[in-house]
Amino acid sequence: MAEMDEDRRRLLKGLGAVAGLSLGAGYAALAPPGWPGSLRDPDGERGKPRPRALRLPEGGFAVEPSGVLPLLGVARGSRVDAMLRAAVDAIGGIRRFVSAGDVVLVKPNVAFERSAPLGATTSPEVVAALVRLCREAGASEVRVADNPIESPAACFERSGVRKAAVDAGARVYLPTAADFRLLETPGATHIARWPFFWRPFAGVTKVIGVAPVKDHNLCRASMTTKNWYGLLGGRRNQLHQDIHGIVADLALMLRPTFVVLDGTRVLWRSGPTGGSLADVREGRTLVASTDSLAADAFGWDDLLGRAGEPLPAYFAKAASRGLGTPDWRSANAREVQVG
Amino acid sequence: MSGSPAWVRAFRITNVRVVSQAFFLGLFLFLLWVTWLSRLKGYPASLFLEMDPLVGFATALSTHTVYRWLWRGILVLVPTLLLGRAFCNWVCPYGTLHQAAGWLFDIRGNRGRIDANRYRPLYQVKYLVLAVLLVMAALGALQIGLLDPICLFVRTVAVAIAPAVDPSLAGAADRLVPGFGALVFKPGAPEARVFAGAWFVGLLLLGLVGANLVVPRFFCRALCPLGAFLGVLSRFSLFRIDRDVTKCTDCDLCLKGCEGAADPQGALRKSECFVCLNCIDDCPEDALRFRFNPRPSVAGLVEGKSGPGTATLGGLPVLSRDLAVEVKAPDVPRRRWLFAGVAGLLAFPFLRFSKDVNARGFHPKAIRPPGSVAEPEFLERCIKCDQCVNVCPTNVLQPARLAVAGLEGLWTPVMDFAVGFCQLNCVLCSEVCPTGAIRKTSLARKLGLGAFAEQGPIRIGTAFFDRGRCLPWAMETPCVVCEEVCPTTPKAIGTYDEAITRWDGRPVTLNRPYVRPELCIGCGICQRECPVVDDAAVYVTAVGESRSDERTLLLGGKKQA
Repeated sequence: MAEMDEDRRRLLKGLGAVAGLSLGAGYAALAPPGWPGSLRDPDGERGKPRPRALRLPEGGFAVEPSGVLPLLGVARGSRVDAMLRAAVDAIGGIRRFVSAGDVVLVKPNVAFERSAPLGATTSPEVVAALVRLCREAGASEVRVADNPIESPAACFERSGVRKAAVDAGARVYLPTAADFRLLETPGATHIARWPFFWRPFAGVTKVIGVAPVKDHNLCRASMTTKNWYGLLGGRRNQLHQDIHGIVADLALMLRPTFVVLDGTRVLWRSGPTGGSLADVREGRTLVASTDSLAADAFGWDDLLGRAGEPLPAYFAKAASRGLGTPDWRSANAREVQVG
Repeated sequence: MSGSPAWVRAFRITNVRVVSQAFFLGLFLFLLWVTWLSRLKGYPASLFLEMDPLVGFATALSTHTVYRWLWRGILVLVPTLLLGRAFCNWVCPYGTLHQAAGWLFDIRGNRGRIDANRYRPLYQVKYLVLAVLLVMAALGALQIGLLDPICLFVRTVAVAIAPAVDPSLAGAADRLVPGFGALVFKPGAPEARVFAGAWFVGLLLLGLVGANLVVPRFFCRALCPLGAFLGVLSRFSLFRIDRDVTKCTDCDLCLKGCEGAADPQGALRKSECFVCLNCIDDCPEDALRFRFNPRPSVAGLVEGKSGPGTATLGGLPVLSRDLAVEVKAPDVPRRRWLFAGVAGLLAFPFLRFSKDVNARGFHPKAIRPPGSVAEPEFLERCIKCDQCVNVCPTNVLQPARLAVAGLEGLWTPVMDFAVGFCQLNCVLCSEVCPTGAIRKTSLARKLGLGAFAEQGPIRIGTAFFDRGRCLPWAMETPCVVCEEVCPTTPKAIGTYDEAITRWDGRPVTLNRPYVRPELCIGCGICQRECPVVDDAAVYVTAVGESRSDERTLLLGGKKQA
């Protein structure tokens, strides 16, 4: 009797296991794709990877426009801290842009492994001054990030930007493969969906670009607008097939809180890499603006000294999207001499 | 035996089994034989691959989906859960090949056979192989195709056997028996088909089949990951061989024909038994039966002293000294499972961080067939069965060599335009692919017609000119075969036309070709037809392929959804 029971129990257990496994496998393989737990993929559509795309906040990181304040603050001199403060004061002062508790991303151009005097990268003194200014305004955290062309660590080291930023109290973000995610920029011609250096942006409330003034072989000039190229990942080397279209896309992609044009040095030829002190001249100028096109146009006319030449094509493309005004002369500009 | 009449004996279960094996081997070869444009006509050409439950399970691990026909794995899974590894000795064509070879070339006597069919610890290896392959699959590197018997056999037939058989069928055999030539695998193929690394695929077959002379069913017992998979499942099987200890005299004759080395003379290893049923045939005492729901142990039911003749079971004297009747699970110690798991964890990065399968180091000649999913997904899906290579009418699809695709991509399909070209109106490879590595692709999708006009044609690469080898560019000689054969409209190859005076004073107009990259689909017919045959003056590389964001060439180049 006990043996019979045991046989029956074993049989029920065995049948249960076989039925469970069969039904489980059958359900997973055959249940219609919408059903929970179904793995069925009749045509390969479900198996396609769907990278999650993200978007930057509507309107970017810009603050309320002001009807009265100058659009452009220009400071001339040699003491970087005072010049930066003067230039920013001219457009409303740092407290207009950075409030207590803000997480600020400062985006310098550290594209190449060049020492600062060669003018291919943002001056470390300007980066440091900007970081200090933000912290003074109460920023809870200041980050400095760029995705250089050459080896990131080497670029940040040789340019002096890493040390300057860290000493001033910022955190430096060097890009790794995991730091990029697909960014959607509706309306962009070429980079409507493009890998973006996302990690330093997590939790950021303000973004300030700080770019050197450089001659550029293809784009003719690289200043605050082209600086955002350093936030892109992926196949950046294709972007040169329509560089002006891309720079106009960059202006659309990133609407900064404000930008600083670092005219302490001007790489006036052999850009964007330079490599000789003969390619660099002193600029003794810092520009702050909420309009990167106006800042760039000022750089083109005044710092690169190309006032007579037509502006590079990206200005018109970006301006036609309402992303700024290249006509800095008729925009409200205030120039200050510092020390 | 003498009791039954001859016609009854002809219906012995082992004879039925042989008929089943012959049928499935024949069906297998028939389906590969119809894997060809003129014969395909709706046959499920990849049926065996689709009903291979290891293919379905491992791709479900790597892709989290079950593609198209892969649910057919249930057709093998359920019988295994009921009967054990019967697939191995009733259906599997590769198993049949090994059994037949072992039988044909066997020189052992009965005693030798009995010894050769005892279980050996070596047979654990297949479980370790399985564990390594499944761990890798879960991480995204599907490598079951290296050793899965169906993949292995399909590949071997496609790449080595069919090309070897066809010329003799068409030649000598056809002269002996007129009409035999119609049996060739690839009727109407303009030239003998050649395959990269066919020698290795062929020699591997000889080596594995030859191993049967040393260890019977060596592949099935020691290496086969599908057998291991079914072996793990067969612990649940409701039927198994059961030994009656009141009849068994421990003569070991059951081992004479034991295909699986499953120890029917002692505690039957369920995971090893192929359900060939030879042991039942061979038992002189009728002590073995294939029973439903047998008891896992009889030792507790034996009354009296243990030992032959003195103890009894159910009133009958126990004859066998060995009272154990069942080993449920594979004989693999836990620490060895652990080792295999760790090995799989490490093997994945070893393979994946090899340069050739990476976005940063992809080989320019790793040109995937149209409809292929992007490379990381491709490597999650491709089982290296080479059905695509088998069906490809122009022979352009080749099993990738180590130098092109590393070990991870070994034997996956790549295009070699020195051999053939991708025919414009052909999507056969996507039709036969069992796993969706080449997604089922309509002609409209391939060519970018109709609903697919917006996304454009599928591009598999881009053509480039080597002006130093091109006749009109370098040698004052008119040519432009490439422009002539270019199948896109408008043509993806244009020419700069120039009238010049040659070195010998003759005037000549040269049409110097160039590529229009937005139009080129990478079909490679320009390279195939280039008169500079050894190292063509126009050649295709993978850049510009539309399946990948990393390998696009042009800014805004259309990407496939």
